[in-house]
Amino acid sequence: MKTSKANTLFWLVKREFWEHRGGFFWAPVITGGIFVLLNIMGIVTGEVFGARNGFNLSFGGGQNNLRILSKALDKQSMDTVGAGLDMVMYSATMIMGIILGFVVFFYCLGALYDDRRDRSILFWKSLPVSDTATVLSKVISATVVAPFITVIVGTLTGLLMLLTFALALSLHGVSVWHLLSLSHPLEVIANMVGSIPLYLLWALPTVGWLMLCSAWARNKPFLWAVALPVAVGIVIGWFNLLGTINVSNDWYWRDVAVRILGSVFPGGWFSEVTGIGGNDPAEFVSSLSLTRGYTALASANLWIGVAAAVVMLACAIWFRRWRDDS
Amino acid sequence: MSAVISASNLSKRYKATLALDQVSFQIEPGRIVGLIGPNGAGKTTALKAILGLTDFSGELNVLGFDPRKQRDKLMGEVCFIADVAVLPRWIKVHEVVDFVAHVHPRFDRAKCEAFLARTKLQPNQRVRQMSKGMIVQLHLSLVMAIDAKLLILDEPTLGLDILYRKQFYQSLLEDYFDENKTIIVTTHQVEEVEHILTDLMFIRDGRIVLDADMDAVGERYIEVMVNADKADAARALKPLDERQVFGKCIFLFDGVGRAQLEALGETRRPSISDLFVATMKGTYA
Repeated sequence: MKTSKANTLFWLVKREFWEHRGGFFWAPVITGGIFVLLNIMGIVTGEVFGARNGFNLSFGGGQNNLRILSKALDKQSMDTVGAGLDMVMYSATMIMGIILGFVVFFYCLGALYDDRRDRSILFWKSLPVSDTATVLSKVISATVVAPFITVIVGTLTGLLMLLTFALALSLHGVSVWHLLSLSHPLEVIANMVGSIPLYLLWALPTVGWLMLCSAWARNKPFLWAVALPVAVGIVIGWFNLLGTINVSNDWYWRDVAVRILGSVFPGGWFSEVTGIGGNDPAEFVSSLSLTRGYTALASANLWIGVAAAVVMLACAIWFRRWRDDS
Repeated sequence: MSAVISASNLSKRYKATLALDQVSFQIEPGRIVGLIGPNGAGKTTALKAILGLTDFSGELNVLGFDPRKQRDKLMGEVCFIADVAVLPRWIKVHEVVDFVAHVHPRFDRAKCEAFLARTKLQPNQRVRQMSKGMIVQLHLSLVMAIDAKLLILDEPTLGLDILYRKQFYQSLLEDYFDENKTIIVTTHQVEEVEHILTDLMFIRDGRIVLDADMDAVGERYIEVMVNADKADAARALKPLDERQVFGKCIFLFDGVGRAQLEALGETRRPSISDLFVATMKGTYA
């Protein structure tokens, strides 16, 4: 059978997916399931208590139709409802994003270590696959495949939530389709899919550092990966206390320690973006837009991180090639 | 045809110990070489050097490649089975077949599936659900479906029962080995490979102490069963080893003329294990 480099890389990524199906696929699916379940329970609780207390949430009473509802809602509150629905869609992915951060963190930490520990590296190394391709496939799995699956599952969960909420509101006489027309699902999906490249660039220094530890450590990569930056931070703090050197503690923790340990959690790049927030939900949601997010590309922080990641990954490849565990 | 492997002055030092000490050898195509040595003699280090898994000093050429610099290309021509448990435990049979089929240019999928059909392995079975013997069957099916020039086996049958061990070497001989292929095998179960080897290499403390083909070994080493009255005459010829069985002495000689020995008693070819024990005397002392 013919094999090309791209084909080999594809199968290497596929292999990573097989091995980490639990973290990459089932973790977001289960999170999504729990999320939907909790929300439905919340809605049901609300309905039950509402019914008991004789409280009725319906807009427009019995003569509900689009025209009356449109009249009833002015521009501002329509925006608010739309933004609220958008937030519902985002929220599922945001929670999965936190899970994603943990999954990617521990995936990277084990990526070049687990097979050394159980010696299956000897099998992988008996195949005509370069160490560069191996490491690259793991970087792609962590920074593209995992977030992509999360976004897809998150979007589907979000849509499900949206329909559930709309359905619940429609029981109170609000038209489902009108409500849905106030939300911007396509824009939300585009924003989330579009931020995957941003995630890749932002997460790279953490991925690089963890994989370097993973390829280098003879044992306990977690301890090395976390203890080393923390120890350096403490030493810097101590020297600062003595007044012998002048390295900013804040700078170290924010721009080094957090970047090499915490950047796998999505959304970190918003720290490099100005004007997040707003006076009302609609403004807040629009401040999370893709064009705003991508202004992070103008920050030196992001690109210095990418450059550092390239160096760390090159070292990881070198260790992968030459580390001799006998 | 040129040598499959030629090594000159290979040395490798781990912190305190010298694992390989100026080792030189050549391996020709179409041979089955047994690399035999006590624990810690440097066998695995030698194999690792050949596979480009470790750095070393000296010259080494494997199939025209330098394993240090051209490892990726080399691995297209070389197959490798380390001792049993190295297939990843999470992988399923059909996954590993798919994977190797797509990354190995010399893999013949139909062949592999034919080998697998002879076993009890199921496509959806995971390695962690298999016994050691089944893992080796799977690994061997994969490896035998690869048309490689060199196969390296490092303790391939360690921990297997006798049925699997016999089957392992039988499959290799019947379905895999031919004059274009070369096999290097290290094992402690010398009796089992004795009859399939064409060449023998003994390694001790990082040095090669014996490197010969089996015919030459039969010429050079002779075992004689001597009655007690002639024992002193036999000792005068400086045997490598001496042991007593049923009141007779068995002497192992290196390079003493056959006619001379036949005068002392019944001669025969020594088993590799006896030869090994005699050669390695005092290793752990």
